[in-house]
Amino acid sequence: MKTYLEPEYTVERDDDRCIRCKVCVNQCTFDTHYYDQEDDKVYSKNENCVNCHRCVAFCPTQAITIRRNPNAYTTNDNWTQEAIRDIKRQAEVGGVLLTGMGCDKPNYSYWDRLLLNASQVTNPSIDPLREPMELRTFLGSKADRLEFELESRDMVLTTKLAPQVCVEAPILFSALSYGAISFNVHEALARASTEFGTLFNTGEGGLDSRLYGYGSHTIVQVASGRFGVHPDYLDVGAAVEIKIGQGAKPGIGGHLPGEKVGPEVSRTRMIPIGTDALSPAPQHDIYSIEDLRQLIYALKEATDYTKPVSVKIAAVHNSAAIASGIARAGADIIAIDGVKGGTGAAPKVSRDNVGIPIELALASVDQRLREEGIRNRVSIIAAGGIRSSADVVKAIALGADAVYIATAAVVAMGCTVCQRCYTGKCPWGIATTDPWISKRLNPDIATRRLVNLLQAWSAEIKEMMGGMGVNAIESLRGNRLHLRGVGLTDTELKILGVKMAGE
Amino acid sequence: MNEKIKVHQEDVTSNLGWQHLKEQVTVKDGVARVDAGGMHYRDLNALTKALNEDGIRKVEIINVHGQRYLGTGLHGGIEIDVYGTPGNDLGAFMHQTTVNVYGNAQDGCGNTMDDGRIIVHGHTGDIVGYSMRGGSIFIRDDAGYRVGIHMKEYQEKRPVIVVGGTAQDFLGEYMAGGVLVVLGLTLENGAKHTARFVGTGMHSGKIYVRGKIDNLSKDVEALELSEDDRKLLGSLVKEFCGYFGFEADRIMEHEFSKLVPVSKRPYEKLYVR
Repeated sequence: MKTYLEPEYTVERDDDRCIRCKVCVNQCTFDTHYYDQEDDKVYSKNENCVNCHRCVAFCPTQAITIRRNPNAYTTNDNWTQEAIRDIKRQAEVGGVLLTGMGCDKPNYSYWDRLLLNASQVTNPSIDPLREPMELRTFLGSKADRLEFELESRDMVLTTKLAPQVCVEAPILFSALSYGAISFNVHEALARASTEFGTLFNTGEGGLDSRLYGYGSHTIVQVASGRFGVHPDYLDVGAAVEIKIGQGAKPGIGGHLPGEKVGPEVSRTRMIPIGTDALSPAPQHDIYSIEDLRQLIYALKEATDYTKPVSVKIAAVHNSAAIASGIARAGADIIAIDGVKGGTGAAPKVSRDNVGIPIELALASVDQRLREEGIRNRVSIIAAGGIRSSADVVKAIALGADAVYIATAAVVAMGCTVCQRCYTGKCPWGIATTDPWISKRLNPDIATRRLVNLLQAWSAEIKEMMGGMGVNAIESLRGNRLHLRGVGLTDTELKILGVKMAGE
Repeated sequence: MNEKIKVHQEDVTSNLGWQHLKEQVTVKDGVARVDAGGMHYRDLNALTKALNEDGIRKVEIINVHGQRYLGTGLHGGIEIDVYGTPGNDLGAFMHQTTVNVYGNAQDGCGNTMDDGRIIVHGHTGDIVGYSMRGGSIFIRDDAGYRVGIHMKEYQEKRPVIVVGGTAQDFLGEYMAGGVLVVLGLTLENGAKHTARFVGTGMHSGKIYVRGKIDNLSKDVEALELSEDDRKLLGSLVKEFCGYFGFEADRIMEHEFSKLVPVSKRPYEKLYVR
């Protein structure tokens, strides 16, 4: 069938600058560029370009410019270019459209409509360059009250504390499963977490035994497919996370295509080479809050009550009530992933239409747990579209104990958010298991880039806290008086629990 | 209780107190006997773990009334006899442990089990062997819904479930490896297995069914047994009969069908890539 689809991007090459080095030809994993010996020229097949900018970044003479194809259909705000293209693709192939990364539609971000406070005159700001600032955060269930006994002049804590994990800043690396991403990415996340003092999350694809040494900085995930879940895996992690849902595709399962299941992914997931790794939509042992409690305690029994158990859900319409149930089911941590949360592969229709923004879910969950007097029983990790240290600070002020970042982490490693993760051909060597492409990501350099990012964000968070006159992240948590809204309706302000700017 | 057994008080949550729990255990000739009557599962499992830690190889638990996670979190090398009715998730994440149940097991028996053996002298509930990765489960009578859901195999780790009776809908759902046997011994002469949606989403492994079964999902096909199949099946049936005292030859006389997935990638064409 002849395709009616026009190339989405066009590649422009400045022939005066091009030195025929063929770096672009070699770097493109989508076969966009080719060298014609007879003409001694490099040409491009525009239809293959995904706008990943790998060639742009590596062209030594800046000869390449990628532009959105100027050939646009007649302007129509209803029948957008995207809507028309999607229909044409489906009409040609039939099937569910896949995409990668988080929702790219406008209007779902509340971070940009929230502004932070700062001290002026009436209380002094703090200079983080010269005064101690505490970002260290403990995640896990906190006791309702602490009891002490006096033993010959020493106060001894008699309350048995629930297990905690400690992070040096309230930023953790969110679940990225081995198989969706390469081993080198997992290694970089593990090493960066260990060096900085935070945790990375294995995602649902298990953990390669070569990374067991980083276990004390690892959250091991247990999802519906239970890939790579065995006693050693549960033992090695600092915490265990039950994945119920994901912001990019709430309520549905996932399929890691067989072509990504090579020998190493096969070993880690413990399934035969070349089979699809199917993650069912539900966990079939969890149909209710009571069942969730059963799995939480199964994991606690399996790990001797030594590790916090996290439950990750997608932010959906009744998140607050669900979170209350999760807290009562015995979870130590609740991770909530909003509609902007990323993915290696999701049906586009799900990514762009299902779920709610993390800001609203987080505020309503925190509020609900406070009202019910059980907020101390769980830590909350907010996820899905955290792009900067400012987003982190706003999330903490809305009630999060910490945030998960994954898109920001892969961007730090080279990703340009081209949204083609699902093809397995990531030209930056991230969302791939192809051994040849994976080599592009050097774990030493990627580790450094991740640690740099965490250090930079930590410094910025301290600056913002100092400006507010706060010297511990603890004092900012759920402190919504430090937030003001702009361009929000009364209902939005009410749900977020913040006042309008100027109020 | 043997004073040499070093069980620590902090393992126990029960307000009955540690002394009370200790009194429920007697050890004779290396076999520990635990009276689980009225005991919370956390205490019962803490006791079992402590016994395992102290090198006890055999534990008999009597008066079991719904305690969950029996056999979970043990280091292995131990055999547990359960008398009564164990609760859900019997042997969840279990590792190198043998559990004999003299009664009926409930839902989630062998959930994500890693290794070891569960032998149930009775029925089991739903999702037997969910995501099981190794070891074997033998059930004398019937099993509930979604038996063997998403069990998977990798190299030498190949999980096995043998159901003596019949099983309910979604038998072998998403099955990604391993061997599932349904013998139909509880069916009236000539009666069919009534399970529907058999093998939905199945993409690896095999199911052997004795007797008639309709309502197969589109993801599986029924084949004749090969010589190798007969050998494998024969050894599993023999093992089954060894536990429950049936005659293997008489069981094997009957006609079997073998269900295998049509594709390793049932959803390959669902997406536009």
